[in-house]
Amino acid sequence: MGPMIDVQDIIFKYSSLDEEIKALDGVNIQVKKGEFVVIIGHNGSGKSTLAKHMNALLIPSQGDVLIKGMNTKDESKIWDIRQIAGMVFQNPDNQIVATIVEEDVAFGPENLGIAPKEIRNRVDEALNIVDMVEYSKKAPHLLSGGQKQRIAIAGVIAMRPDCIIFDEPTAMLDPSGRKEVINTIEKLNAEENITIIHITHFMEEAVNADRVIVMEQGKIILEGSPREVFSQVETLKELGLDVPQVTDLAYELNKEGIDLPKDILTVDEMVMELCQLK
Amino acid sequence: MSIKIENLTYIYNPKTPFETKALDNVNLEIKKGEFIGLIGHTGSGKSTLTQHLNGLIKPTTGKIIIDDLDITNPSVKLVEVRKKVGLVFQYPEHQLFEETVYKDIAFGPLNLGLKEEEIEIRVKEAMEAVKLPYEELKDRSPFELSGGQKRRVAIAGVLAMKPEVLILDEPTAGLDPKSRDEILEEVKLLHEKYKITIILVSHSMEDIAKLVDRIIVMHRGKVRLIGEPREIFKQANVLESIGLGIPQITHLINKLKTHGIYLRDDIFTVEEAREEILKWIRGKENA
Repeated sequence: MGPMIDVQDIIFKYSSLDEEIKALDGVNIQVKKGEFVVIIGHNGSGKSTLAKHMNALLIPSQGDVLIKGMNTKDESKIWDIRQIAGMVFQNPDNQIVATIVEEDVAFGPENLGIAPKEIRNRVDEALNIVDMVEYSKKAPHLLSGGQKQRIAIAGVIAMRPDCIIFDEPTAMLDPSGRKEVINTIEKLNAEENITIIHITHFMEEAVNADRVIVMEQGKIILEGSPREVFSQVETLKELGLDVPQVTDLAYELNKEGIDLPKDILTVDEMVMELCQLK
Repeated sequence: MSIKIENLTYIYNPKTPFETKALDNVNLEIKKGEFIGLIGHTGSGKSTLTQHLNGLIKPTTGKIIIDDLDITNPSVKLVEVRKKVGLVFQYPEHQLFEETVYKDIAFGPLNLGLKEEEIEIRVKEAMEAVKLPYEELKDRSPFELSGGQKRRVAIAGVLAMKPEVLILDEPTAGLDPKSRDEILEEVKLLHEKYKITIILVSHSMEDIAKLVDRIIVMHRGKVRLIGEPREIFKQANVLESIGLGIPQITHLINKLKTHGIYLRDDIFTVEEAREEILKWIRGKENA
């Protein structure tokens, strides 16, 4: 079976103020079914542009994007592609269309022309997965940011996608809202086997991913497991990206001649290592 | 410009089923020139509190005294209050509306009835304070700038009013780490250069710990903790119980303690932790 998402050497150009900008410049990514990939990079690095290529919101200027073998350039396949690859955006308020939670979740499947009884099943199932069943009759505007974002996710799940692309879903949330959304994303991956592409600039959200991709100026500049990527403290700092404080601390202590692994990611790992020095 | 808040209570939707006490008997004193970090999670009352400070909302009960002037007194002209207290809202770039960067920043001063020369000086100064190149950007549309630049234009618009108190409501929300650090650095310089009182609202401890003189922690409409950052971080249990994260370093120090490694417990930066751990390791070697 081919990859779920196959990005083949794509370039994306647009013009602004008479100059041509290459937002993506030769990007290659293959994502397997069930994989959890985090893409980091700062604003303007091309990460959101890349995400929008993954469900045919943008079409590459050069190269191809295949979703389950379907080329996003093939207009007849656009609706199939968008049903397979769902997308959740940054601002929860811009994604909610109905005045009652369950009606909002039903909006996608209704547009697919699915029978009412099946829609009912899907809505209940989706709200159950994001743990929002008790809010099904509530008005979305009375919910917290994290809850609204979970409703938006339920709306995507009700489309039964194979893959969900999250474009900075936690950027506008407070710490507890962020935790709710991250837990939901990790659960979708672990329990529902949904392929996840998660775009963020919060590094701690990448710790549990299968693979981390770092983008800069439209190119992939680092790629690997979270440990491999985060141990590149110097490169990440040069790019103006954060590393977890304990990873930074391990790096600093190494510079002072203290022998610690460079790929420490969590407080518990650091505690264990320091206890061995005791 | 000191701020004194006495027994401030604010109730949303009073006498309806949606009645909520957003602020519950808050008492605070902020000194002239102080740099305050205001922390609490969504719904803790921090935004409601800041909106009281320039008269956007009137308290249900209680007083707000700014430099001996009780701004809750109905005879006080709010224009005077707003000249003194500048409020930068969350996502202030959503409020940009003019054709050019210059006009957008000049909008406030223009409405104060200032002369054109004075306005130009103020726009230049404000842009300089937030590191926006004046000549290059003044005639550009604010809408074609990057996210970080748009936010700076919005902040400059408030600075051009020359406030004595500047309140910033989550000025770094949604920005990437680099823009976040740049904006915080600019706020720090503003405080140092103009000696204005600053109230920085945030839910990130790491962001404000390094900057502010005092932290006020709000929870359910009340002031839960108040003090210097070091004192606040010693209360890790309280902070976690009200859903606020603590810096990873503080967490590390506390965990080490349970494993019998005792380091100073009032630190929160990587540099401090490095020093403490080196001291501990070298102390052992010499022992």
